[in-house]
Amino acid sequence: MSQDIFVVIEHLRGQVADISYVMLAAARALAQGTGGKVVAILLGHNAQELAGNFSANRVLYADHPALAEFTSEAYQVTLASLIREQSPRAVLFGHTTIGADIAGGLSVKLSLPLVSSCRTLNSNGKFVCQICGGKIMAEGDLPSPTALVTMAPGGYKLEEGQSDQAPAIETTAIPSLDDLRVTLKHYIEPEAGDVDIAKEPLLISVGRGIQTKDNIEIARELATALGGQVSASRPIVDQGWLPASCLVGKSGKHVRPKVYLALGISGAPEHVEGMNESDTIIAINTDPNAPIFNVAKYGTTADIFDLVPALTEKVKQAAGVS
Amino acid sequence: MKIAVPIKFVPDLVEELTIDPNGTALDTSWLRLIINEFDDHAVEQAILLKERGGGEVTVVAAEAEGVDDFLYTAAAKGADHLIKLTGDFGSGMNSHAAARALADLLKDSKPDLILTGVQAHNDLDGAVGPLLAELLDMPYVGYVAGVSSTNDKAIARKEYPGGIIAEMEIKLPAVLGIQAAEQPPRYVAYNRIRQVMGTSKIEERTITALDLSGGVTASRMFQPESSQRATILEGSPEEVADQMVGILKELGML
Amino acid sequence: MPVRETFWNIPHWAEIAQYILALLTAVVFVYGVTRRILRVRQGQSEKRTGHFWARIWSLVVQVLGQKRTLGELYPGLMHFTIFWGMLVLAIGTALATVDWDITLLFFGFQFLTGWVYIIFELTLDILGLLVITGLGMAIYRRYVIRPARLQNFPLKTLPRDDVYVLAMLAFIAISGYLTEGLRLAVTQPDWGVWSPIGGVIAAAFLALGDPNNQTLHLIVWGLHIASAFIILGSLPFTKLFHIFSVPLNIYFRSLQPAGALPAARTEGGMGVKEWKQFTWKQLLDFESCTRCGRCQDVCPAYLSSQLLSPRNMMIKLDAHLWEKDGRALHGDIIAPEEIWACTTCRACAQVCPAFIEHLASIVDMRRHLVDQGQMDATLQTALMNLGRYGNSFGQSERMRAKWTASLQPAVKDARHEPVEYLWFVGDYASYSPTLTEVTRKAADVFHKAGLNFGILFDAERNAGNDVRRVGEEGIFEMLAGKNMQALGKCKFETIVTTDPHTYNTLKNEYSWNGNGRPRILHYTELLDKLIVSGQLKFSKKLDYKVTYHDPCYLGRYNGVYDAPRRLIRATGCELAEMPRHGERAFCCGAGGGRIWMEEKPGRERPSEIRVREAAALEGVQAFVVACPKDVTMFRDAVKTTGNESRLQVKDLIELVHEAL
Repeated sequence: MSQDIFVVIEHLRGQVADISYVMLAAARALAQGTGGKVVAILLGHNAQELAGNFSANRVLYADHPALAEFTSEAYQVTLASLIREQSPRAVLFGHTTIGADIAGGLSVKLSLPLVSSCRTLNSNGKFVCQICGGKIMAEGDLPSPTALVTMAPGGYKLEEGQSDQAPAIETTAIPSLDDLRVTLKHYIEPEAGDVDIAKEPLLISVGRGIQTKDNIEIARELATALGGQVSASRPIVDQGWLPASCLVGKSGKHVRPKVYLALGISGAPEHVEGMNESDTIIAINTDPNAPIFNVAKYGTTADIFDLVPALTEKVKQAAGVS
Repeated sequence: MKIAVPIKFVPDLVEELTIDPNGTALDTSWLRLIINEFDDHAVEQAILLKERGGGEVTVVAAEAEGVDDFLYTAAAKGADHLIKLTGDFGSGMNSHAAARALADLLKDSKPDLILTGVQAHNDLDGAVGPLLAELLDMPYVGYVAGVSSTNDKAIARKEYPGGIIAEMEIKLPAVLGIQAAEQPPRYVAYNRIRQVMGTSKIEERTITALDLSGGVTASRMFQPESSQRATILEGSPEEVADQMVGILKELGML
Repeated sequence: MPVRETFWNIPHWAEIAQYILALLTAVVFVYGVTRRILRVRQGQSEKRTGHFWARIWSLVVQVLGQKRTLGELYPGLMHFTIFWGMLVLAIGTALATVDWDITLLFFGFQFLTGWVYIIFELTLDILGLLVITGLGMAIYRRYVIRPARLQNFPLKTLPRDDVYVLAMLAFIAISGYLTEGLRLAVTQPDWGVWSPIGGVIAAAFLALGDPNNQTLHLIVWGLHIASAFIILGSLPFTKLFHIFSVPLNIYFRSLQPAGALPAARTEGGMGVKEWKQFTWKQLLDFESCTRCGRCQDVCPAYLSSQLLSPRNMMIKLDAHLWEKDGRALHGDIIAPEEIWACTTCRACAQVCPAFIEHLASIVDMRRHLVDQGQMDATLQTALMNLGRYGNSFGQSERMRAKWTASLQPAVKDARHEPVEYLWFVGDYASYSPTLTEVTRKAADVFHKAGLNFGILFDAERNAGNDVRRVGEEGIFEMLAGKNMQALGKCKFETIVTTDPHTYNTLKNEYSWNGNGRPRILHYTELLDKLIVSGQLKFSKKLDYKVTYHDPCYLGRYNGVYDAPRRLIRATGCELAEMPRHGERAFCCGAGGGRIWMEEKPGRERPSEIRVREAAALEGVQAFVVACPKDVTMFRDAVKTTGNESRLQVKDLIELVHEAL
């Protein structure tokens, strides 16, 4: 039994995911209370160099060809033996396509409690989770003995989890990884869109509130006037109204433009995750209780169908004048 | 192929959510429940698999207001068996307890494939899928949008950020957490549901005791504070547009 | 003494040949008609009897009087002349047959003698000319003027049918005159002057030479007789069958209010999947279409380049009844896009001279598509919202009366206290953020008029008019049930509605039991009454020049044309009518659930066509409507057509509010 905080580092195809730094920052906050160390758990194959900028006291590195890319079962087996062996105070996973796939199984396998979708952890050992699409926050004491936690982004800045000093890396033993039932066949690249929304300084993003495919045109007109691009939340892409390359959010692109203008987007955590690093978020949504207003700097409950055309006109005028 | 789809009902976010006087849970007096949208996709995916390769689809849900209608809707779409878990859930249900109840139910019927929504917005102790998989000693893959299957394995398209898709091969039996079905859930006309009510039966299974261990309890629930909230621009659309132009100028976008 | 010389110059063998031909024709004719009857009888049952005298009166006005047909001048007169000409000639022929083959043969006397015969000859002679005039107009119109509505054909065989009918009728008429002329040229009877046209032709023959050319007479007579029998025999196989089907269709027309859609039939699945699931009356509709195209000319879907032409739909459905190659009604014959394009504005049914009820068939086909879940995603979302929340906006019912929050005095809750007027506000007026300002003005007007009114607050649901027309009968029934339940608990005298769609279904489709249907008024009717009674007085006189757009469900469906116009004039505004107004008003394109469906881009929308029509009026400043959906549709269209500075879209209640 230790007071250490484990952080299960996420990486995909040689890239460390942003959430890893968020978790390292959260672990640091928590470790201040427990007095333990922040331990980054890196699973991979020839991937030591990924740990170079982790803000961690040490890195436990498990190297195995079966861990080269994420598969739920290989990760679970490896992590189970590690957690069992070291009994940390808490293990942080991303509340992501990686972390959320494995934390639950470990909770059952190791009979350890699980806290999901956590936004912040503090030194008093309290967690704050966001539930109900971001409309409700739930606070509680981190359960013992070892709390498994999945972390959602938004509570910490990435820099807080980064460091100039490379942490010490220890290689750890690997249990048998034969007879795995889950294997990665291959990756499929996204269809290349015309533009990479992740590189745009200004995005006009549309959500369910846009109502019909045709209405996306008003967003496009504003984007043209402002010299930005149109992006979208999940429902728009699911309907096939815009290609997947326009998707912002958990399963889409993570963007950080200078200005992110959200039209009719409620602001579910899955979406917010992909855009809350934007410099300035402006939200237009008729529902005053929409969680998007929790991340936006400016907001209005005006109707997009009145406001956006008016805005487009004024932007055109302003651009013409200047 | 036998496919089981455990589903759950969650608070409808269309309604304003309020916290009960104790400050530890949602106020249920105003709560309206709705199918977890990912579970709706899981049902659709199961029906699509059945239509393509045959088999039997069983939909399982814990008792809640509106669950019967949803189960009948699933039957109208093509589900073969409907099971409703009943019992005293007054002490609260969490994902761990639900997963244990489902594992008890499903360990005898031995489905080849269990599809369930990858998450629900009120999962405080994780989604049911991975918990259930481990209880049944099955592999789990989540965030799946698109499944094909043969007798002993499934190919799942797992979605990663940035639109990257990983094709995972999973030995059956297995649990998959569905992010999106290959097509949006189909529409079922009201009369179809009414017809099904006459022909389909919902089988009830009583859960005697809930084992909540592994979950967490919140000591406080609250709505995000207003200090975190955006500066709200007021006025007519014209006025709001003027203010926005001002902001955009300030930010150097104009 | 004048007497009809039947079979003059006709050898006995030719006379016998004619009777044989007549018999053959009768056999073919009976076969053709029976075949049609049997086909129509394969449809589902539907009660269309009762009100015998009302039905007979329809026949008098619409068949003999040709009222609808005369709604358009040129084609109306054209048809009128052919119809009456042919009718009288047919009666004349029948009389001649009776005269020769019955009274003379069996009783030894002829009645076509003396002055009776002279009138007979004169009438037939003149009416023959009428027929030829009508046919000439028809030929000129179809082949020289070539109106657009006669140019598009879903089937390649139709132009042949058109040529055949026109050519045969013209040939019969002309050969008839020639026969007569040749006969008169030879016999030169004293009473020949009573056949003026025959006389002219006789004179021409005489001038040409041999006055005794009896062989030519025999040949022309033979051709005349042969062509007459051929057209009679082929009648059930050509578009001329409408001579029988249309009067029947008019006789069996619906006498229900236009706004009461027939209930869904559920045998073999909801709605119509195969043609045999249509009712016999619907099949008779298809058999009655003369493809005149008047419906197409007024159809907002067709005019905005959607796939739908009501005329083509009827033609295709009729042809489908006779197909043997097993093509499917849905998909092969009628595309879903056609079925969904309909705005249910009822302009087609309003102008159809055959009284075809297009909408009943379109909605029946929609019902099948809904049953199969085949619809676009936005409509699906709207229906799921309607099923779940009772409104298409997918908002909580607790938000329904949010627009009342800032109002003083507060709007009464009709569930808790008795009111005189129960205001059924409707979805758009309640939830659409752009319309609630108008709704608040309505409340203000009601207050200032001193009305004791209240609303249902959370208990109101979408009334279901358009849900029903989309084809989702189950949700309609559910919504209607909930509204009835809520209304049943309230004490009120009159229901007043903002939305004409709501008005229509409450008035015509809800099954009011117990005390019967309460008085249901559209707000324009109510305010009109209040002005007449002096309860509502204006303090200002507005000086706008406005035009008024009749909402389909207020005007065409329920005949409310005058109340809104009186109301506009009472505010002091000058009213200028658009070319299409009253029962010819052009739809905004939102009805029948279209407002919930995706619009195909790149086409001029009905609302845009309409705004351009209004913008063409000299000096009109405001486009006045009386339906919340119209406000939404036209405010948008005014922008997209660049008429924003030229035309203001105003709900009539806004004018009233301003004039108070």
